[in-house]
Amino acid sequence: MKKTVLGALTVASFGLPAMAQDNIEVTLGVLNDRSGVYADLSGEGSVVAARMAVEDFDAASKGLDVEVISADHQNKPDIASNIARQWYDQDGVDAILDVPTSSTALAVADITAQANKILIDSGAGSTALTGEQCQPTTIHWTYDTAALAKGTGGAVTERGDTKWFFLTADYAFGHSLEEETMKIVEESGGEVVGSVRHPFPATDFSSFLLQAQGSGADVIGLANAGGDTVNAIKQASEFGITQAGQSLAALLMFITDVHALGAETAQGLVLTEAFYWDHDDDTREWSARFEEKFGSKPTMVHAGVYSGTMHYLRAVEATGSTDGDVVAEWMKANSFDDPLFGEGYVRKDGRVIHDMHLYEVKTPDESTGEWDLYKHVSTIPGEEAFLPMEGSGCAFANES
Amino acid sequence: MFDLLGIPPQVLMGQLLLGLINGSFYAVLSLGLAVIFGLLNIINFSHGAQYMLGAFVAWMLLEYLGINYWWALILVPVVVGATGVVLEKLALRRLYHLDHLYGLLLTFGVALIIQGLFRNYYGISGLPYQIPSQLSGGQNLGFMFLPNYRAWVVVASVIVCFGTWFVIEKTRLGAYLRAATENPTLVGAFGINVPLMIMLTYGFGVALAGFAGVLAAPIYSVNPNMGADLIIVVFAVVVIGGMGSIMGAIVTGFGLGVVEGLTKVFYPAGSAVVIFVIMAIVLMIKPEGLFGRNA
Repeated sequence: MKKTVLGALTVASFGLPAMAQDNIEVTLGVLNDRSGVYADLSGEGSVVAARMAVEDFDAASKGLDVEVISADHQNKPDIASNIARQWYDQDGVDAILDVPTSSTALAVADITAQANKILIDSGAGSTALTGEQCQPTTIHWTYDTAALAKGTGGAVTERGDTKWFFLTADYAFGHSLEEETMKIVEESGGEVVGSVRHPFPATDFSSFLLQAQGSGADVIGLANAGGDTVNAIKQASEFGITQAGQSLAALLMFITDVHALGAETAQGLVLTEAFYWDHDDDTREWSARFEEKFGSKPTMVHAGVYSGTMHYLRAVEATGSTDGDVVAEWMKANSFDDPLFGEGYVRKDGRVIHDMHLYEVKTPDESTGEWDLYKHVSTIPGEEAFLPMEGSGCAFANES
Repeated sequence: MFDLLGIPPQVLMGQLLLGLINGSFYAVLSLGLAVIFGLLNIINFSHGAQYMLGAFVAWMLLEYLGINYWWALILVPVVVGATGVVLEKLALRRLYHLDHLYGLLLTFGVALIIQGLFRNYYGISGLPYQIPSQLSGGQNLGFMFLPNYRAWVVVASVIVCFGTWFVIEKTRLGAYLRAATENPTLVGAFGINVPLMIMLTYGFGVALAGFAGVLAAPIYSVNPNMGADLIIVVFAVVVIGGMGSIMGAIVTGFGLGVVEGLTKVFYPAGSAVVIFVIMAIVLMIKPEGLFGRNA
């Protein structure tokens, strides 16, 4: 009798993992800003994008039980770290997605590596994620400050606007964006005639804009983000700076910011993005579905969460594992052809290489709707857009 | 002319003028706070949210009803002021007999709720609002390009500020008001409806915030946090001017705008803190504020 019970138990305990193998449970955690300055460009939209990926991948019929959960990190590294730890240790999360703001992304990247899970970052811009502070389990999907500097800084200088004046947000992000763009400007034959650091956040930019106007620069580079950029552009138009012949280059701007300004104020602005909803038939089709679920057009961050999730699920399906190292290795070994980002691949250091695009904001006459905002200027091939891996400071990627 | 620390006079003139323009916003906002505090003894922490409400209501009038900026300038203060009246009647009125702190907590909570609601419905990125066509463009003053709209902001603020000061300090209505705050029972005995008066005064203070919101909509980003970013500075302005002093709020509003503007030229990194440094110094030397009547 005892033997039978024991036997039954053994069968049961052997049976369970076998069943789990049939259906791999995957939990994805979208960790981003849901109430602060980046809530529109990441926020709930990223959760919607992740869910769409799970649906489109048809995970259920491929033996994956995927659950998507979300949390607000309030752009604070300590809060982000606590949530990431709890998710990995207690809630069985296998991968964290999005994580805008560089400081929170770097903190989560460390914890992810310790837990041997995966971080697919879409919202943050710091090159350190795949540079000095790189981790084998970090995948940096959508953009970084170097690619933005390269796209906007390079294109504007080559267009003939060679004298730059920088309006820079006075904190780490602004400084690094300014520094990287200055480098590109000088490499492209341009010259930096001055810069001013403004407090973060700031409401009134007229004083700084007047200084920029007096500098004799051809172009004013805005090394800031979100509301600061919106305010600066609004006021530059008011003070007749663009009408007087100086142009503006927004070094980090999302379509939600351009939408907030409207075509009237933002027209002529040049900016770099990885994704625009109206780029081709594939992006239009996907964005229409996204809009139906979410209520507004997707940003490149939302698109990055979608594509990153897709590639991750492909890796889990192929390897039958959610182990961080195993999945990361597969993701890096297999390139992708994505409807939103085109052909691309994940480099050894975790940097995703795909094309970036330079856009110009349409004039009100050209724009046919509130989201019809960009016209395509040029495409920057992925290999040129991002920093080369050599010399990036990522130790494990540069070992033999 | 003179060359101050390597800054040419044209630049200096330009920055002085810009400071004055920013000071206009400080003046109108701190005036509303000073009226509410001076006459009702309420520390109105929802002032920033009410300013934001002003900008949003202006946007809504245009977007949903096609009502232009000029009508908004009149309608928005009425609408926003009415929300203030409702708040006073339903909640604030119950707190008059308690410590100031309760009013502060209540209005702070209300501010968080209003901001949260707008964030939920309209997102955080902000909404576009154009400068009215009559005021677009600007004048070349030789030393700077002055947008017509900014000139209008200064004129409108000066008129509203001194109009308010005049009514409170120089008219019979103002005298009743001041008397009612000194001794409500006695004034009530003369047949004046004191609760109604107090309710309308709060509504008026809130309407001033709404008015500033309309003025700000075309030039600043219209987003749910626009008031939260500004309100702390405005409180500092009120403290420097002297809590409750009407003239103090107006003069320090304009004055500190200029000081902040100059800091942006000489030491840009300090422009975010200069007002607080002044506040600390004033509190040490003259705790009742520059124009405070009683400590």
